[in-house]
Amino acid sequence: MKKKVLTVDDSRTMREMVSFTLKGAGYDVVEAGDGQQALNALGVNKVDLVIADLNMPVMDGITLIKRMRATPAYRTLPVLMLTTESDDKKKSEGRSAGATGWIVKPFDPAKLISVVQKVCG
Amino acid sequence: MDDLSQFKQTYFEESAELLEVAESGLLRLSPDNQDMDEINAVFRAVHSIKGGGGAFGFTDLVAFAHEFETVMDGVRSSTIPVTTDLVDTLIIANDVLGRLIGHAQENTPIPPGTTDAAAQALCRFLGKTGAPTKSTDSASAEATSATATATVAGAGAGAIPAADDGRKTWCIRFTPKQDLLLSGNDPSFMLRALERMGEATIDCDVSDLPSLDHMEPENLYLKWTVQLLTDQTKAQIEDPFEFVAEEGVVEITCLSETAAGPTAAKTETASVGAVAVSGSRPEADSGAASGSGQLTVYSKSGEAGAKTAANKGAGGAPPTQVAGHTIRVDLDKIDRLVNMVGEMVITQAMVAEHLRDLPPGEFQELLEGLEQLAQHTRELRESVMSIRAQPVGSVFSRMPRLVRDLAAETGKDVVLETSGENTEVDKTVIENLVDPLTHMIRNSIDHGLETPDAREAAGKPRTGIVHLSAQHRSGRIVIEVSDDGRGINRPRVLEKAVEQGLVPAGASLSDEDIDNLIFLPGFSTADKVSNISGRGVGMDVVRRNISGLGGRIAVYSAPGQGSRFVLSLPLTLAVLDGMVISVGAERFVLPLTNIVESLRPKHADLHGLVNKCDVMMARGEYVRLVYLHKLFGIPGAVEDASKGLVVLVESEGDGRLGLVVDEVLGQQQVVIKSLEANFRRLDGVGAATILGDGRVALILDVAGLQEMSQHSGSGGGVRQISDLASPAAVPLLRAS
Repeated sequence: MKKKVLTVDDSRTMREMVSFTLKGAGYDVVEAGDGQQALNALGVNKVDLVIADLNMPVMDGITLIKRMRATPAYRTLPVLMLTTESDDKKKSEGRSAGATGWIVKPFDPAKLISVVQKVCG
Repeated sequence: MDDLSQFKQTYFEESAELLEVAESGLLRLSPDNQDMDEINAVFRAVHSIKGGGGAFGFTDLVAFAHEFETVMDGVRSSTIPVTTDLVDTLIIANDVLGRLIGHAQENTPIPPGTTDAAAQALCRFLGKTGAPTKSTDSASAEATSATATATVAGAGAGAIPAADDGRKTWCIRFTPKQDLLLSGNDPSFMLRALERMGEATIDCDVSDLPSLDHMEPENLYLKWTVQLLTDQTKAQIEDPFEFVAEEGVVEITCLSETAAGPTAAKTETASVGAVAVSGSRPEADSGAASGSGQLTVYSKSGEAGAKTAANKGAGGAPPTQVAGHTIRVDLDKIDRLVNMVGEMVITQAMVAEHLRDLPPGEFQELLEGLEQLAQHTRELRESVMSIRAQPVGSVFSRMPRLVRDLAAETGKDVVLETSGENTEVDKTVIENLVDPLTHMIRNSIDHGLETPDAREAAGKPRTGIVHLSAQHRSGRIVIEVSDDGRGINRPRVLEKAVEQGLVPAGASLSDEDIDNLIFLPGFSTADKVSNISGRGVGMDVVRRNISGLGGRIAVYSAPGQGSRFVLSLPLTLAVLDGMVISVGAERFVLPLTNIVESLRPKHADLHGLVNKCDVMMARGEYVRLVYLHKLFGIPGAVEDASKGLVVLVESEGDGRLGLVVDEVLGQQQVVIKSLEANFRRLDGVGAATILGDGRVALILDVAGLQEMSQHSGSGGGVRQISDLASPAAVPLLRAS
């Protein structure tokens, strides 16, 4: 069965690029424009991995991860931070919120696929 | 990366939106107004532009966006105070970013120095000097790859000469932290990744596993040792552990470079380990197989959790697309649709025309069907038109920037107020509104508003107000630009107009006539040409643009109190509901939105005024009568109003008018065909259309008729209306 990935980003370009790349690699992809939409999407989709941008309106990525980790159903669901922030502060903030890993933007499609495979098989 | 280049268009479209978001946010930013939401929105916009730009390799753009973003980050975290200087710099930076995106979009080289000034200005706020640094992203990316190379080189250097097939045996000790599962990491994926690299022997150490009573189901108590025979490098072996490799968690050592096969004795232990892995991860298969461990977790966490789990389990539920409920459609497709609907309206009218002659009663069902078809056509037309409709706010949103720049240039304090941004209007109208509105706002600020000192002297607040509003009124959109400035300086306008030969000397003009002089081609009161205005290509161009859209413009001014420009435009340019009327052998169409009622007046209601127009008493008020046959010189029409019909019409704000016609033939949707495009402009006529029988009929412009009647009287005989340049020129000709 295809694994399903939820990509969360306020940038349409980024969402579409992630979506396109992963669909090409055989994943199902669901999109959400911010953290709140992501939580809504999680409610109606059986998702195997979440890829979340950090800077988003309404609900940012860190809050999303914290909210997910506070919900039993998503406590161990893999979440990758998709971020241009290369500074370790953001990374460790994400880590301590419960992020599984990270992808640095701009990403190379092959790298994205390999990271996704790394955390959800 | 070529695969992703197809998203460039999306990127450019999105960037254009983001630039607007950033600009409007920055325009509202000031030392007195530091809305965190706005600041964050600007930051995010620049951030997204940078992120996408990086994906397509627009290095210069990314480098500049990075500086911009860094400053915004400083503003966001309050380390950079908001000053007017900062806001100005950021606005310029936004412009530069827009230009960089433009170059990227058109694939043209960026002229040297495009970013220099703006980047230096940004650097000032970062406490840096000199040329902008490279994006730290790319810098750190370089650093990372450098490290990676170093690692690989190090591994190579330390390696003992390779065996025949290049494979080596590695020992990987993986001692994960207990809370590893809570970060969503799953050791089984890492171990499987190692398995794929070569021949692996996986040994699971369960010695730390507590008794069942003491076991926390979400904790990880296992350790692994893997012996791997592979041709992969150390860096490649480390890769699966990228996100868990903190100090002491993963130890990788090279045992030998020989191709000696690993001992296969521990396979049994490995499978035990694998079972332990999935057992200790409560959601191993995303809730499909519900182990008892999982149930324990949910019941512990209460009902809310259980519900969420249930929802999550109901996998058949629909929406896969959560973001946005819109699709983007090529405008050509919509235009084609609009055209087809137009043709359909004509065809439907044609069928109706033919069926009218059928004997009544016999074809009842056919007629009912036709009635329904007409109804559906109308609804279809409205739906299609609404696809093209856009809120006028998209034009309004460009104006704050203009006002800001003009205020700075002229040294005036100006506040722009807007209302009715959500009023929807056809896209074509919207697109053609930008230039006229820009001209009008320029005009208001440059000519209308006084300097702060002059305002104070006149007892007004130092800050002038320009108000921009939009609203729907009787089937049209009315846009007003008003200011609280000095109003039109009539003596000066008249003097200039005489000087420029636009009005004969000594002509006596009413206030209204003088105000309208500003719409004449070549008219300008400015003595010197400035960047802003004074070339005399202002208001006449505005009026030409507006009438090209089937609209009208009027100006109202009160000395010392300000001026108000009123634009009235049709909502759509394609189809309208009209009433077909006949005058002699001619057919005309009146827009339904203008019609109040039609009636046959009694003789007693009609009054003639000497040397003036005829009036009629209708519903207790006198209404000026216009004889269409006289106005357009049509022979053979009914000349006595009491024998024909009077259609009462009104247009916005200009009062009522009674049109004397022979007959009212019926209501019909008509497709608007531009008269100017196919013939030329005529006063009193808005456009033309094709009727069901194939005849061309003119669509009357009620406001135009009103203006004509005011200046001519109804008894003036045949007027050579086409000789008149425009309604505003009418008083001039009379004066001369």
